[in-house]
Amino acid sequence: MAVLTELDLRHEKINTILTRYPFAETFLTNNGIDVANSRDNSMDDYFKSLDAEHIEDHAIDPEHLLNQFDQFINQMLSFLGEDSKVVESITILPGHDKSGKTENFTEFIIRKNEIVSIVGPTGSGKSRLLGDIEWAAQKDTPTGRSILINEKIPDKKWRYSSSEKLVAQLSQNMNFVMDMSVFEFLELHAESRMVTDSKTIIKRIIEEANNLAGEMFDPDTPITALSGGQSRALMIADTAILSKSPIILIDEIENAGIDRKRALKLLLSEEKIVLIATHDPVLALMGNRRIVIKNGGIIKVIETTEEEKEILTEIEKLDRKVNVMREKLRNGEKLTS
Amino acid sequence: MNLVTVSGPPSVGKTSVILKTISSLKNRGLKVGVVKFDCLFTDDDVLYEKAGVMVQKGLSGGLCPDHYFVSNIEEVTQWGLENKFDILISESAGLCNRCSPYIKGIKAVCVIDNLSGIGTPKKIGPMLKSADIVIITKGDIVSQAEREVFASRVHSVNPAATILHVNGLTGQGSFELSTLLFDKNENITTLKGKTLRFSMPAALCSYCLGETRIGESYQMGNVRKIDLGKKEI
Repeated sequence: MAVLTELDLRHEKINTILTRYPFAETFLTNNGIDVANSRDNSMDDYFKSLDAEHIEDHAIDPEHLLNQFDQFINQMLSFLGEDSKVVESITILPGHDKSGKTENFTEFIIRKNEIVSIVGPTGSGKSRLLGDIEWAAQKDTPTGRSILINEKIPDKKWRYSSSEKLVAQLSQNMNFVMDMSVFEFLELHAESRMVTDSKTIIKRIIEEANNLAGEMFDPDTPITALSGGQSRALMIADTAILSKSPIILIDEIENAGIDRKRALKLLLSEEKIVLIATHDPVLALMGNRRIVIKNGGIIKVIETTEEEKEILTEIEKLDRKVNVMREKLRNGEKLTS
Repeated sequence: MNLVTVSGPPSVGKTSVILKTISSLKNRGLKVGVVKFDCLFTDDDVLYEKAGVMVQKGLSGGLCPDHYFVSNIEEVTQWGLENKFDILISESAGLCNRCSPYIKGIKAVCVIDNLSGIGTPKKIGPMLKSADIVIITKGDIVSQAEREVFASRVHSVNPAATILHVNGLTGQGSFELSTLLFDKNENITTLKGKTLRFSMPAALCSYCLGETRIGESYQMGNVRKIDLGKKEI
């Protein structure tokens, strides 16, 4: 076993290990190792105290487990110790489309606090573009594109780390499937992100989600009982505030029951890069620029013009009008006075 | 030839993930074959054939599927070598959530899905804990938070594994997976002499031998009783 950790995990008292690395308890619990009565002993003693039948039944392999324990502690240490360098920008360098034609741009830089829309028919290659960004492609994907982060060749960790992914996704098809309350759910998410001040953060997420949704919900509501709008609002607020991913991809967010403009503002206020794959004019025009994809390649980048922004204002007015009507219908009122 | 073993609970999307990944491997000019292990029935071989992939299937029937797997994997490997595959992928369902027909020195991939509940990583034994690569599927239908929580649970039981999200329907992530599967330094010519990463559960009782009657007097061999916590009065 390669001992990288400062402590000798095999011979040190379990109590000492857990005091030094409180997060180590998660590892033991999730691996079904109950050390409640052996805290003054070492892992080695613990394994020796197990009878052969227990080891067989629980499929425990002491050597493998110690090795994994060591890796877990080291990964957590480097994760916690990281001064989480901010992603200031991502750069897309051109590759080629499905027929091998070089893409028609020299470089495309997206900075944090920016919204960029992605448009193009189904199957045109939007997912592949996202895939390239998420995998931090280095001419080693089918499109031959390269991705730079902060204008440098990215660290390999973006590919393989389970805790740090470049892209977080929000889409219309996503649902909550866990059977727990809003509070418990957020607590669980905060715990997995090793957040220290979880109470304050959870409170903030619920507040923001309620602002976005219009219809209020309280922390004890089961997440599966939330309405479509409330779920979406909670997903957005949670992703904005708790997710570590610097890039958020929004894949069509329906208008119903959620203030989309406010949602985007929230994401931007958390210093995210926002990509929106949509053909809804309200969403698409919120981006400063839009990438047009065809046949697997980026064919052009369009800057949102002043005239277009004016159109946006008009559509937004319409949008609000429809929303007022929707509210009226919900409350059992008539649309005509 | 490289051998890759893929396993995971039923219906997580193993076949879809493998099919999408094979198309990326083929684009690199690699020849891929598949052997599908199942219990009673499978028509996944038809799916592979439709995709132009050479496939063999093995049904374990009345035998423990993982015991059946390990008794046949060498023969299957030889079949793969005869057909000059660059990669042979074995696909099998882990039915008791404990087993891992993984072999030391052979790349092991475990597929699980986001819908299975956050308690699942804890429940699955060596199949998950000793895999080299863990693929998480069905991420497109659950929330970002649930994906993150699920992945962190997987990480806590198997910190050494590379964890990837793959969408079996759209293929998102399958290209990335394909880059991890083939390594020309990992070519094998036989599995003889290699060992399993973990022993399989022992079971040899009267029911293994065809007994159908219920009752203590019919139970012989390796029998264990449930602990119902009855206290003596």
